[in-house]
Amino acid sequence: MFYAGIDIGSTAAKAVLMNGAKDEVLARKLMPSGWNSRETAEELLQWLLSLGHEREEIHVTATGYGRVSVPYADSTLTEITCHGKGAAFLGGNDLTVIDIGGQDTKIIVLKNGRVMDFIMNDKCSAGTGKFLEVMANRLGVTLPEFFAMAERGKDITISSMCTVFAESEIVSLMGQGTPREDIARGAVGSVVVKVVALAGRKGAGTPGMGDCFLTGGFCETPLMIHKLSGALGAGVRTHPDARFAGAIGAALLGK
Amino acid sequence: MLSLPKNFETFDEKRKASFMALYEAKQRGKKVVGTFCSYTPTELIYAAGAIPVGLCGKSEQGIAEAETVLPKTLCPLIKASYGMALSDQCPYFFFSDGIMAETTCDGKKKMYELMNALKPVHVLNLPQGRDQAMALDSWTGEMHAAAHWLEDLFDVKITDEKLHDAIVYRNRVRRALVALYEVAKARPSPVSGYEISTVAESVDFHFTDDDLVEKIEKITRDFKARVREDAGNRPRVLITGCPTAGVREKVIRRLEEMGADYVCADNCSGPRAQKFMVDETGDPYRALAERYLKINCSVMTPNTSRFDDLRHLVPDYQVDGVIEVVLHGCHTFAVEAWNTMKVVQEELGLPYLRLDTDFSKADQGQIETRLGAFIEMMTAA
Repeated sequence: MFYAGIDIGSTAAKAVLMNGAKDEVLARKLMPSGWNSRETAEELLQWLLSLGHEREEIHVTATGYGRVSVPYADSTLTEITCHGKGAAFLGGNDLTVIDIGGQDTKIIVLKNGRVMDFIMNDKCSAGTGKFLEVMANRLGVTLPEFFAMAERGKDITISSMCTVFAESEIVSLMGQGTPREDIARGAVGSVVVKVVALAGRKGAGTPGMGDCFLTGGFCETPLMIHKLSGALGAGVRTHPDARFAGAIGAALLGK
Repeated sequence: MLSLPKNFETFDEKRKASFMALYEAKQRGKKVVGTFCSYTPTELIYAAGAIPVGLCGKSEQGIAEAETVLPKTLCPLIKASYGMALSDQCPYFFFSDGIMAETTCDGKKKMYELMNALKPVHVLNLPQGRDQAMALDSWTGEMHAAAHWLEDLFDVKITDEKLHDAIVYRNRVRRALVALYEVAKARPSPVSGYEISTVAESVDFHFTDDDLVEKIEKITRDFKARVREDAGNRPRVLITGCPTAGVREKVIRRLEEMGADYVCADNCSGPRAQKFMVDETGDPYRALAERYLKINCSVMTPNTSRFDDLRHLVPDYQVDGVIEVVLHGCHTFAVEAWNTMKVVQEELGLPYLRLDTDFSKADQGQIETRLGAFIEMMTAA
C-alpha cells in the first residue's frame, strides 16, 4: 500500500507519495493551482499513476481549499489538521507552525504531535503570499526576482496593511524614486509584521512553546526566515520539504 | 448530518406567521413595546397590558440602509436593527408603540438616540458593573422610571398585583425554556441544537392567546422522546459570545451539518440568560432589578460571573469544545474573548475557537475551514 496526499491551495498545488510504512516521501509534485481545481486534480492523478503503481494500491487524501474538487480522493481533511501532522513529521512534535499560504496564513500550536490550537488571518490578503504577489506584479518582476531584489534592499516601512492601499503606497514610493530593492524589502517586512502579530496571539516564541517552524512556499526564502526570526525574537526552523507539509500530513493521515 | 423533521418550521417562517397574530392583537387595541436586549424587564411591559417584541436585526437586511447614517464599522446587529427600523422594513417595529432600551454597549446606546426620532424610546440606565456602589439601588430606580414611562405612554396603572402576575408568568416561561435547553444534556442529544434554538428563539414571537408554557413543555416532552439514529459520537460544542441569531445558518447549521452537535448556548439566547428567576415574594421592583443585573453580558465590568457559569455549563452539558462568536465591531466581547480563551484552554482543558464574523455570506468558506479544523481537533484520537 502507498499513501498519497494532495494539497490544492489557492496558488500552488502540491502532491506527495509516501511508502506503506509512512516514513519516507517517495515522490513530490508541485504545480500552479490554475483556474480549474478539477483539471489540476486530474493532472495530479495522472502524475500519481505515472509513478508505476496501480490506483488500487494508493490511498489518496485530499486537503487544501481545492480538496472538494478531487473526486478520486478516498478521504478529505482540512489543511489545519494536515499541516499540523506534516509539520510534526518534518520538524518534531512540539512546534508553533507558521504557514504563509497564498490566501491564508495560519498559526498552528502542536503539542505531542496534536493540534491544540490554531488561528488564521481574517478575510483579507495582508500577511499572505497574495500580498507579495501583488507587490511583485506592481514592480514588474517575478516572485523569485522580487526576493532577490529584497535581499539587496534597505529596510523601509510600508505602513498600509491593506493590499490595495499598500499598492498605492508603493506607487507613490516609486514616484519619489525609492529603489525597487527597498520597496521589495519593505513589502516583505510588512508581511512579517502581520504574521508575527497573528503568531503572537498564540504565544509563538515565548518560553514553554515549541520552536517556530515555517511551512508553505516561503520555506526556501532565507530573507523571510531571517526577518521572521528577528521579529519573533526566536529561531525559526524549516525543512526543504516544508512546502509539502500539507500534502505530507494528508498522506500520513490516510487510513 | 443534520436531521430535521419533515414539518420543521424555520425561524423565518415562525416569525412571519407571528406577524399576523400581532396584527390581530393590535386590531383588538393591544399595545406593543419593542425591545433589543435580554436586560429589558419585559414583566413591566406585560404589567402595563402591552406585548413585548424583540426587534434585534437577524440578517443582512437593513444594513445597507443603516450605513447611510451609521458608521460601517459598527456591529452588524446594531446596523441591521436600526436599518430595518429606518427603512420601515420591519413590521414588528412598525407595530411598536414605543421602544424600551438600555445603556448596554456604546454602539447601541448612541443608536437609540437616533432611533428616538422614529419612535418614542425610553432608555434604562444600566449600571456598568454589578459590584459598584449603588448599582442595585440605581437599577431599581430605573425599574420605577421605566414603569412610569409605560404608564404615561399607555395611560395605564401598573399595579403591584399586575406586576406580580407578570413576574410569575415570566418565571414559568423561563423554567420551561431551561427545561427545553436541558434536553441537550443527554449524550447523544436526542435533538439537534439547531432545532432546539429555533424553537427557543421563536418564543419571543408568541402573540396568540394559547398557553405558551404548555406549548414549550409539550415540545420538550416530544424532543425527549426522540431517538437520533445517526448521533454516534459526535463532538459536543458550546457556543459563547455575541448573539448568534444572525449567524444561525452560517455557523450553527453548518457546524451541525459538518458533524458536531451544538448542545449549549452561553449567550443571550441560551440558559445563561434564562436560568435566573425573579423573586416572587419581595418588592417586585427590587426583585426585577436583582434578577436583570445578574445577566452575564460583556458590557459589565468586571464580568467574572460569566466564567463561573461557563465552568458549570461545560461539565453539565458534557462539552468537548467551545466556540466563541465575536461579531465585527463588538468591542466588549472581542476584548473579553481573551479571558474566555484562557478559561477554556487552561482551566477546562478544552479546544477553543474564536470566530470573528458578521451577517454576510462573504466569509462562508473561511468559516467552514475553521469549523472543519475544529471538529477534526475535537475528534483526533
